[in-house]
Amino acid sequence: MAITFTLNGKSQTVDVSPDMPLLWVLRDTLNMTGTKFGCGMALCGACTVHVNGEATRSCITQVSTVAGKKVTTIEGISSDGSHAVQQAWMAEDVPQCGYCQSGQIMSAVALLSKKANPTDADIDDAMSGNICRCGTYQRIRKAIHRAASTQAGKTKNS
Amino acid sequence: MSTSFLNRRDFLKTSAAAGAGLCIGFSLDASAFSDPAEEQEKKTPNPLNAWVRVTPDNHISLILGKSEMGQGVMTSLPMILAEELCVDWKNVTIEQAETNPEIYNLGTGGSGSVASSWLPLRRAGAAAREMLVATAAQRWNVNANTCVAKNGGVLHGARKNFLTYGELAQDAAKRPVPNFNTVPLKNSDDFTIVGHDTRRVETNLKTTGAAKFGIDSRPAGLQYAVVARCPVFGGKAASFDATKAKAVKGVQQVFAIERVDAGSFSAGGVVVVADNSWAAIQGRKALSIQWEEGPSANESSDSLRKQFMENVAKPGKLVRNDGDADAALGSAAKKIEAVYELPFAAHACMEPMNCTVHIRPDRAEAWIPTQAPQWAQEVIAKVAGLPKESVTVHTTLMGGGFGRRYQADFAVEAAQVAKVTGKPVMVLWTREDDLQHDFYRPASYHRFQGALDGQGKVTAWKHFQTSTSIEAVWGDKGEANAEKSEFATAAFIPYQTPNFRVEYVLAKSGVPRAWWRSVEHSSSGFVVETFVDELAAAAGTDPLKFRLQLIGDDRKIPDFGDPKEGKPLDTARQKAVLKMAAEKAGWGSPLPKGVARGIAGYFSFESYTAAVAEVSVTDGAIHVERLVYVADCGRPINPDGIRAQVESAAIYGISAALHDAITINRGRVEQSNFNDYQMPRINETPKIEVHVVPSTEAPTGIGEPGLPVVAPAICNAVFALTGKRMRRLPIRKEDLA
Repeated sequence: MAITFTLNGKSQTVDVSPDMPLLWVLRDTLNMTGTKFGCGMALCGACTVHVNGEATRSCITQVSTVAGKKVTTIEGISSDGSHAVQQAWMAEDVPQCGYCQSGQIMSAVALLSKKANPTDADIDDAMSGNICRCGTYQRIRKAIHRAASTQAGKTKNS
Repeated sequence: MSTSFLNRRDFLKTSAAAGAGLCIGFSLDASAFSDPAEEQEKKTPNPLNAWVRVTPDNHISLILGKSEMGQGVMTSLPMILAEELCVDWKNVTIEQAETNPEIYNLGTGGSGSVASSWLPLRRAGAAAREMLVATAAQRWNVNANTCVAKNGGVLHGARKNFLTYGELAQDAAKRPVPNFNTVPLKNSDDFTIVGHDTRRVETNLKTTGAAKFGIDSRPAGLQYAVVARCPVFGGKAASFDATKAKAVKGVQQVFAIERVDAGSFSAGGVVVVADNSWAAIQGRKALSIQWEEGPSANESSDSLRKQFMENVAKPGKLVRNDGDADAALGSAAKKIEAVYELPFAAHACMEPMNCTVHIRPDRAEAWIPTQAPQWAQEVIAKVAGLPKESVTVHTTLMGGGFGRRYQADFAVEAAQVAKVTGKPVMVLWTREDDLQHDFYRPASYHRFQGALDGQGKVTAWKHFQTSTSIEAVWGDKGEANAEKSEFATAAFIPYQTPNFRVEYVLAKSGVPRAWWRSVEHSSSGFVVETFVDELAAAAGTDPLKFRLQLIGDDRKIPDFGDPKEGKPLDTARQKAVLKMAAEKAGWGSPLPKGVARGIAGYFSFESYTAAVAEVSVTDGAIHVERLVYVADCGRPINPDGIRAQVESAAIYGISAALHDAITINRGRVEQSNFNDYQMPRINETPKIEVHVVPSTEAPTGIGEPGLPVVAPAICNAVFALTGKRMRRLPIRKEDLA
């Protein structure tokens, strides 16, 4: 069945079973491997993408449900790593193995789109769904605060 | 090399039973972890190919001979090469070494990469530098000692000539390779790269989704497969019905593969091959399989615990027996007894196991997130019926390793599948597969008895352990030497006592187990640092003061299990990390109400760590507020990398203290996903402060040493706060009631 949605700003049509999770459409059908498989049950956050701007677990999202919607993956938040969150991640040298980091970044970007200056409690709430087995949480928190001030600085100056 | 994990013996296992399917014999000989410089004596590889590659347009690549699993070696090891080579760090790229056992010891584990690579990489970098300098000198017709290697080129000061390595490398590579043992090394005072905080080389890739992990491998025409494995360890498929599975859209093939016992310990099972991962997973759900469960179906956590309790009542195999601990206990002023229990623990790498293999008639290729590419190469070659040299293994980035990816099971399975399909195929593991078919940290049960005299001195220390030993499965003498893998530092504690007895009884179990982050130190660290804390409490002495007094004078204690090759425990360094952690944590200073501190210090993988935990308890739940760490791993290569590893161990250790429990029922793992095998989340993260000792001793590892001190520091803090001793991990709510 042909399903059409917008992927990172471009129209995308796939011919797959409607119940195929978006995660596997991205990874296997479209070869967009930045979004990761970690648990298949929306418990770990590695598969986090944005659907119409909302952080969404692609492993349990049937592709038919994104028909006509805007999907953004890690590959789409910038073309070159220049997003404030990515820059903050690099400045704090957040990733270790790096496998969870696409999901972490997508959750962080979604958080900042809703709360420009999140508190630690806001960060706990928004980010507790993303597991990091390497334990980069302290740096993630620091990087989110850093990205928040960078974005605030830009807003002030614009 | 110290620790049983690194003391590799010959494993040569051959399948004896008829009908056991594939017979995989392999040899991982002692040289696998030997100093690559020693191997130089056999055949010196040209450093201007093996370790450094320079193109005519001056593109400099440094070769990484270890696996990057998040521990930072892709940055720290090339830093060592770059330092001696005198290149600008910003201008190098890193390439993963090809699997070539003649040149590289690729096995990555035991926190050994920096320790074992330090001198060999310095020598390789220095040798390459000398060859380049000599080439320039010859070209200019000047004396080599008037030339200086600098910024990726050679400078001749007097005439201000400068040639880049790119202009020199082709000729330099033709020169005889200098003697690695005598090549001059840079003065450490002149280091501009080593010892400086350096951002990881692959951070950018890991923040843009561009980093390719094993699971992201996509050779042309790739198929995807999943394996249905018997949920009971050691069981197998008696029969199966693939009708419904084959009807799932995208499923291509369904067939059985045999278990491989010898060495690789893969489970075997029923394979579903499909044109995408989802179809393979759905196809497997539609299989109907009759399992022959086998004898392990009788095993459970309860039956194992029963065995443990029976074992500690038996006479144990003596591991160590200084003096007469029983006599000292008999005449003790005070006796302290404690029983500690640790469960099986899973690795839970965020990237589930996977392996991609393509077997052609004359050659094979594999893309593997592996800590042991040479072992994978061997098992794939055996399955393919090809010589090793015809098997190319590409080591990919990996989403965590922690010892799990040191195994060959996921490689041999993929080879078995690829042999049948004849096409490139990825065998993908789901989270359930990964949690239920792990090689777990062993479950163990420890009975401690200690004696204090009237002055509060420890006159006896008795440690009786029973566990599901790693050595019993992996060692060449197996069960006969079961205790070898289970104690490490617990058998040569820094705490002085004239009567020191260590005993062991093997617990039989069908549960697979092997090297989990910090291996036996994960249990030894917990039991030793909790027991010494209990002794301190019994003596009425501050836990830090007690430890320092009990360690006593500066001396070097030989590694009891490996006196020849194991590095001795330097008590001066052990005391120093304890003192520094206490000082940085403000030990003894007032704390807010409801918060208490605990301390632990430990020696593992040749490194010294100490941690102070600040803990509170709310509604029966423990909250770790702060962890103050000190790490002494010799000369720091990348200090920020060391801090990152300790931050990592903090969370892995909190998981072990508060969450990790793999339980067995009817021979199968009861947990299946992150709903019942919970991981710490960001909201459980304490404030972690890491202090790296600016040592000038030889560099040692840090991937694992941060872990053993976490659980005891937390539990000792819980005692200080509540008066309750946590002797069983993970801590449960009812333990605090």
